[in-house]
Amino acid sequence: MTWTAEDIQHWLKQFADQIHEHKDELTDLDQKIGDGDHGINMARGVKEMNKLFDEKTFATPGELFKAVAMVYIGKIGGASGPLYGSAMMKMASSAGTQETLSDKELIDALKAGKTAIEQRGKASVGEKTMVDVWVPLLQKFDGSDVDWNAFSDEADELKAKTKEMHAKKGRAAYLGARSVGHIDPGSASSALFFQTLAATARERG
Amino acid sequence: MKKLMNDVDQIVDEMLNGMVAAHPQALKRVDGTTVVVRKDAPVNGKVGVVSGGGSGHEPAHGGFVGKGMLDGAIAGEVFTSPTPDQVFEAIKAVDGGAGVLLVIKNYTGDVMNFEMAGEMAEAEGISVKQVVVNDDVAVEDSSFTSGRRGIAGTIFVHKIAGAAAEDGKSLDEVQQIAEGVIKNVKSMGMSLHPCTVPAAGKPGFELDDNEMEIGTGIHGEPGTERTALKPAKEIAQILFDKIHEDMKLESGEEIAVMINGLGATPLMELYVMNHTVADILKQHGLHVTETIVGEYMTSLEMAGASLSILRLDETRKKYLAAEADTTAFKR
Ligand SMILES: Nc1ncnc2c1ncn2[C@@H]1O[C@H](COP(=O)(O)OP(=O)(O)O)[C@@H](O)[C@H]1O
Ligand SMILES: [Mg+2]
Repeated sequence: MTWTAEDIQHWLKQFADQIHEHKDELTDLDQKIGDGDHGINMARGVKEMNKLFDEKTFATPGELFKAVAMVYIGKIGGASGPLYGSAMMKMASSAGTQETLSDKELIDALKAGKTAIEQRGKASVGEKTMVDVWVPLLQKFDGSDVDWNAFSDEADELKAKTKEMHAKKGRAAYLGARSVGHIDPGSASSALFFQTLAATARERG
Repeated sequence: MKKLMNDVDQIVDEMLNGMVAAHPQALKRVDGTTVVVRKDAPVNGKVGVVSGGGSGHEPAHGGFVGKGMLDGAIAGEVFTSPTPDQVFEAIKAVDGGAGVLLVIKNYTGDVMNFEMAGEMAEAEGISVKQVVVNDDVAVEDSSFTSGRRGIAGTIFVHKIAGAAAEDGKSLDEVQQIAEGVIKNVKSMGMSLHPCTVPAAGKPGFELDDNEMEIGTGIHGEPGTERTALKPAKEIAQILFDKIHEDMKLESGEEIAVMINGLGATPLMELYVMNHTVADILKQHGLHVTETIVGEYMTSLEMAGASLSILRLDETRKKYLAAEADTTAFKR
């Protein structure tokens, strides 16, 4: 499909709805292997993002990503704030000033976001962080002819796979072997991020 | 959950207002932020020392703002690192022209948010250096992971780096002295009872009456191991052994000790711990120059304590003894 700023806004609003709906679940996951604030942090961020959407309209996807980046960086806090925020910032640069994005261009922007997460957090695949969703997912789908159902399922599977991982980065690493057996909270919120993207593509594409 | 509060979303803001209202002659808030600075900030020509982190560790960090320790402290949401814009405000508010040292506890979120703030400040021409405290020996020290957490030992960094800055040392020197503290301070904590993050509404984990967690951090998380509850003597020995294993303390060395309460442990029990710890230290022939017992780096209403040991040299000894005038720590 062709993504306008409004389509992207629609996606991110759905993401916000899903975060609110799964807020307690995300927090519970973080209580198991972190400090029990991931749902709270994300909810604070997307609530502020929705306020931004109420107040402003955006001409380009890039402009929208940049404004959302500032909200995430300034409101989420914790580890997930700079990570999601840096991702959005790089997505903004990748989207540039184009009025619309093709699937391929949107996936390219997400890939730039993925690289930002890797650079900021210095985590690699297998260390039980959101990287375990972002990296393999965006490796598998390069943007041409995306099967959005498969995209959505893959995000869910990648999230589930973090359950058996032994955390090496983030707070869960402090638990050592005790981190095994629980899904990584940041991977769970990332799965929602990508699943709402797929849902928007299916609905509007 | 039972807490003295009004609106859970305003808890940090209301706490900061209350703190400043209690000490109007010592502290001020930077308007529209969660930053607290010394009343006389910025101090011209002096290196500014800034720290902060999630709230819920009171008196850390705002309680250590004042002459001889921190120039400014940033309070995040409960147990959540403050955001870069807030840290940036603190840097601007305390920069007296000699640069600013950021004292960061080693958590991924804190490191990333403070680093981003440092980048913002550098872009505006303020010199910023940072040190990352990682004193918690409960966690494996490994270059393949995020490494060790920063816990109560951070107070020694605030004290000594703050005194060095007050003494007119340059940004590079203050950073170097702070690094020296970090290399020589180790801590280990344990908990008897969990705590409840206000916005979460329920405790981070459950513990039976006859259980305890060893190797707990300061964010209400479980420790590295759950064991049967033991007498204070045995607990102190476990904490000391783990620290000693790492520090390899030698007979005759001079050290400073901190027994830090995690929020809900009475001073009586902390003194009992210190009684036992003092015995152990004596057996090892260690000279304790300074003992600090009390609540300095808490974890809301968690019950439990941490032990920190700082190896001293002339510089650290001098700056540990130097004057400090903050609301939570005075010398
Ligand atoms: N170094 C890192 N790289 C990538 N993701 C990380 C890293 N550290 C933590 N995360 C992600 O952040 C999530 C936790 O976010 P959150 O709970 O909001 O912050 P905090 O850990 O500071 O409390 C983790 O579940 C993990 O997915
Ligand atoms: Mg967390």
